[in-house]
Amino acid sequence: MKALARHPTLLLGGLVTLLLLATAFLSRVWTPAPPTQIQITRRLAPPLEAGLLGADHFGRDIASLLMAGAWNSLSIAFVAVLLGMAGGVLLGTLAAAWRGWAEEIVMRLADVTFAFPAVLSAIMIAALIGPGVTTAVIAIGVFNVPVFARVARSAALQIWERDFVLAARSAGKGALLITFHHVLPNIAGLLIVQATIQLAMAILAEAGLSFLGVGVPPPHPSWGRMLSDSQTYLSQAPHLAILPGLAIALAVLGFNMLGDGLRDVIDPKLRRKR
Amino acid sequence: MKTKMKLISAAVLLAATPLGAAAQEQALVIGMPIEPPNLDPTTAAPVAIREVTWLNLYEGLVQIDRNGEVQPLLAESWEVSEDGLTYNFRLREGVTFHDGTTFEASDVKFSFDRARSPESTNAQKQIFEPIEEIETPDDHTVVIRLSEPSGNFLYYLGWGDAVIVAPESADSNQTQPVGTGPFQFADWVRGDRVELTAYEDYWDAENIHLDRVTFRFINDAQAQVAALRAGDVHAFPNLGAPELFAELSRDERFSAVAGNTEGEIVAGLNNKRPPLDDVRVRQALMNGIDRSILIEGAYSGYGQPIGSHFSPNHPAYVDTTDVLPYDPERARELLAEAGYADGLMLTIKMPQMAYASRSAELIAALLSEIGVQLEIQPTEFPAQWIEEVFTNKDYEMTIVAHTEPLDIDIYQREGYYFQYEDQEFAELIEEAGRTTDENARFDLYAQAQRKLAEDVPALFLFQLPKLGVWDARLEGMWENTPIPSNVVRDVRWAE
Repeated sequence: MKALARHPTLLLGGLVTLLLLATAFLSRVWTPAPPTQIQITRRLAPPLEAGLLGADHFGRDIASLLMAGAWNSLSIAFVAVLLGMAGGVLLGTLAAAWRGWAEEIVMRLADVTFAFPAVLSAIMIAALIGPGVTTAVIAIGVFNVPVFARVARSAALQIWERDFVLAARSAGKGALLITFHHVLPNIAGLLIVQATIQLAMAILAEAGLSFLGVGVPPPHPSWGRMLSDSQTYLSQAPHLAILPGLAIALAVLGFNMLGDGLRDVIDPKLRRKR
Repeated sequence: MKTKMKLISAAVLLAATPLGAAAQEQALVIGMPIEPPNLDPTTAAPVAIREVTWLNLYEGLVQIDRNGEVQPLLAESWEVSEDGLTYNFRLREGVTFHDGTTFEASDVKFSFDRARSPESTNAQKQIFEPIEEIETPDDHTVVIRLSEPSGNFLYYLGWGDAVIVAPESADSNQTQPVGTGPFQFADWVRGDRVELTAYEDYWDAENIHLDRVTFRFINDAQAQVAALRAGDVHAFPNLGAPELFAELSRDERFSAVAGNTEGEIVAGLNNKRPPLDDVRVRQALMNGIDRSILIEGAYSGYGQPIGSHFSPNHPAYVDTTDVLPYDPERARELLAEAGYADGLMLTIKMPQMAYASRSAELIAALLSEIGVQLEIQPTEFPAQWIEEVFTNKDYEMTIVAHTEPLDIDIYQREGYYFQYEDQEFAELIEEAGRTTDENARFDLYAQAQRKLAEDVPALFLFQLPKLGVWDARLEGMWENTPIPSNVVRDVRWAE
């Protein structure tokens, strides 16, 4: 509790993230109205006139769409970041353990992948397997692999320099065992911080992909597509654009603040100083 | 020396001409949502080809005017024999193609023989089916003999599929189009625009006002309006965003005209693929759709509901929207009868056009209430859609506007993507084609409409409106599209 009080960003970020997660999970069991239900008579109704946040161009309840959109957005972001983390951490720690040419290959491959923006690779993947949730997950996941590979490698290299690793090596432990028993537990905190920040990026990327039509397919609600659908109604019904825009901004801000706060608390360098 | 003098005097003359006089170039930029795959309307179906080329680049023996009536064009006059089997066309003299070759009777024979040959890929081959023989007694006379009467023959000859091309250039028309029209091909920047310039030796050149016409391809509705407002595009004959139409119509810089088209928006069904081969399932789907919701949600209330595949603008139209009206109760009963009491799953291949994606989303929501889960698969139009749906028939449900006029016969065509094969309907359509008496033909069309309304080989949704927006100083734009086109031969900038 003391830690929380000393880190207001952590507190605020945590609260926003918690709220978001709660909304997403709540949408699985309850929304004010079925998110895909069409009530054409309430078309473009402003907030409070129909439901809490008004209705969209089909007369669907915007509050319900945003709630269900939170689930879609978060689940894609979580799965994509998990995939990226698994791949990246594996490659990064192995590169640190083996050094030499294996490290060179992994890191140069990471550089190459890093050079492609997520949106570009998503459009390429969409052209191959067609647009959809899988495309979005793969594209964002692939984009995350080099990020985690770099972070994991540089952190792992530091751990490999430490005395207890030297001790383990002289005791005859192999590189893989050392990685699992000593390196991974020691870099886990750093990885969690990175994952939180990557979640914010993933939410933004998912919204961008859905905006371009290669993300969540209709009729499943998605913040990005709500934003894209709202463009032509901007002058008549600005709330169609503002509300999903706010949702995206809030989610990204929440995860970023949480990530920053977590870093302050569990960064290994800071901890060593104490 | 002499030429030098001439040049100097010309330069002096030009310099002396006051600004804004007749010397100023009259240029027009027209915006279209979809880029044509090629520029030859006689070898491929996409409407975008006709919207660039018909009556601008190419001309036929006759034309369909802005009221949908048949008028002379390359044929000055014609006579039809009493039995309706012989057509004698008198051709216009002094007409040349853009490459300088002369237009003669042999070009007509070549064009039609090419269109009806076995290897032809003409999208409307049935137009030429009744032709038995084409004779050219002299350079300016064409006699066409039919094997059986064809009630709409002259009308069909006005279509883009029946334009006259020259043997010298026909093979390269897809990329280097050569016709007899008022504008000739100048440039095609793929993904961006097609440019045409006025053809100096056009037979009616004094009545053509524009010097340059550019067709720009902008799919995004928001970008369309931005281009209009910025003056980059002068006209969008079919605005992509109906919700922006009202706003533009309040802007006095623009003329905003809500006209009609011959386009029926239908959700095509694959009639050979279970469970859609069961008429009860198709009827249930139709009963599950409230057309007024579609019109309101997808087209901001513009558009007229249809119950069959026939334009309300045609005199033979009958209202069939009450044959299978919105009735979710009945829909669930029909599904239960067909053995789908617990509902079923279908996929819809959805092109990216706003009307299509919005309608698909609305249909998915409506059908979910009768227990039909519709999975939406975005399908790029035209290339991917043509390949998967139109050619390979690898689909369950799709949605697209059929903008050709009088095209109810597509349901009878062999190998057409609906795969609807019905003897009774085929006979009605064939009989209508043979019938030259107008009342009898219209009666047959009415029967055919009712038959489709009951069988629903496709879900008949609504008539595509034409929401045109253009610079208020433009004159002569077509307000309706009796045939898919962007005819600019009469267009001019007001003084």
